[in-house]
Amino acid sequence: MSDVNRSEQAYTADEMMTVAAARMVRNGVACFVGIGLPSAAANLARLTHAPDTVLIYESGTIGTKPAVLPLSIGDGELSETADTVVSMVEIFSYWLEGGRIGLGFLGAAQIDRFANINSTVIGDYDSPSVRLPGAGGAPAIAASCGEVLITLRQNKRAFVEKLDFVTSGGHLEGGDSRERLRLPGKGPTAVITDLGILTPDPVTKELTLTSVHPGVSVESVVSATGWPLKVAAQVQTTNPPTENELAVLRDLQARTARAHSGQA
Amino acid sequence: MAAIIPLKEAVREFVHDGDTVALEGFTHLIPFAAGHEIIRQQRRNLTLVRMTPDVIYDQMIGAGCAAKLVFSWGGNPGVGSLHRLRDAVEKGWPNPLALDEHEHAGMAARYAAGASHLPFGVLRGYLGTDLPQHNPNVRFIDCPFTGERLAAVPAIRPDVTIIHAQKADRRGNVLMWGVVGVQKEAVMAAARSIVTVEEIVDDLNAPPNAVVLPSWVVGAVSLVKGGAFPSYAQGYYSRNNAFYKSWDRISRERESFQAWIARHIMGTQDFDGFMASLETAGQHV
Repeated sequence: MSDVNRSEQAYTADEMMTVAAARMVRNGVACFVGIGLPSAAANLARLTHAPDTVLIYESGTIGTKPAVLPLSIGDGELSETADTVVSMVEIFSYWLEGGRIGLGFLGAAQIDRFANINSTVIGDYDSPSVRLPGAGGAPAIAASCGEVLITLRQNKRAFVEKLDFVTSGGHLEGGDSRERLRLPGKGPTAVITDLGILTPDPVTKELTLTSVHPGVSVESVVSATGWPLKVAAQVQTTNPPTENELAVLRDLQARTARAHSGQA
Repeated sequence: MAAIIPLKEAVREFVHDGDTVALEGFTHLIPFAAGHEIIRQQRRNLTLVRMTPDVIYDQMIGAGCAAKLVFSWGGNPGVGSLHRLRDAVEKGWPNPLALDEHEHAGMAARYAAGASHLPFGVLRGYLGTDLPQHNPNVRFIDCPFTGERLAAVPAIRPDVTIIHAQKADRRGNVLMWGVVGVQKEAVMAAARSIVTVEEIVDDLNAPPNAVVLPSWVVGAVSLVKGGAFPSYAQGYYSRNNAFYKSWDRISRERESFQAWIARHIMGTQDFDGFMASLETAGQHV
């Protein structure tokens, strides 16, 4: 948890995270979107500064413009508002492996200092203490998109010294390990959390705290991280959400909550 | 030519104990009615294949139908865990479940290879992940032309594939649209197939490039209106997200899950009975 005094703020830490993540989506980019936090951020971007962003979900829906956030990656809302809907074989081979997607947007259960992701198991693979959903499209997104954004809440359970399982490769062992493995994309370029923004060091690729959200101290981010977190010489403070960003996000989430309480 | 027969009969004839069975449909058009009928007929020791096990395989695993799961993402989309899948993997209840685990791109390649009757699928995948360390069904080959290291995964050739589609005509030609996932590949890869449909019509009125499975590649067509509930059939009904959310509570404990299966599936004759039973219980929200 952050040390923000919420009573003094007009927004929550989750809203700050979603807004900060949304800002990183460039207008016009083709963005492969994971469900949950990434989906909220990508759609907020589309509804604010990035109206020409092409949103793609792994259900094969390309150029989708949902009015409410989907609960699953294949809700009818996605297919009805898409430019085209393609098969599973096509979305992964022609579009993703084919190098057509500029930006991948992922969530994670656990992450390490090189932005590798675990969404498979906690504990031993053959006798796990917690069985998580698994890979889905994430390894292909992490490997093949031009670059990758990752968004998740920051705490010691999620930001760990060593992953129990590497589901999707970030910067692997750091340095030039992606190039050595001939992974096509650049890999993760930012990790956006409820506390701040981490970006990989240009050379070592180790995640470095470069921005804290308003009211969050550097120390609190360090203590929410399960390894000795690298901190930039100059840590920025993230601009707080604008009135418009907050209004659009809350409107989107209210519409979504209404839709999912009955049939969607 | 596809036989147009009731679902009960199709499952009895086409699905046997020990079979490798794929029920496909990526979020959309999930053949729930067929999964329920397999539970009712108490098939055992199945190898269940599906990219996203979803609530349908949670029900079948919890009901004791499965010995093995071939998959790439096993959650309740947007809600959380599949509790019955987790219980089987973590605690071996109601029986241990072997896993053949992949990433989506690998499963798609496996089905495409199966439909092509090739021995394996090839993709630029699984690099930088731990999956190959735990799964002998993920291996690597060198491209004979460029030397690039590529992943190889064995073809999936189900004994039977079951899908749900919007329409069939009276000869058993099948039309589907919207999110079509890997259904076509899964049917073409299988030795036998069953397609449940929302309606059977005189004329499909399908444009030439529509996803049509001609009658002669389909084993059986069964009319099951609403048979994809609580997933959806585009043009017919929406995804019942409220049911997906309520499944979290129903499935969390073994007792509540077993009571639900006993009342709504084992205690009903068919899918219409199931829907009526849910409505009585106030769960068809």
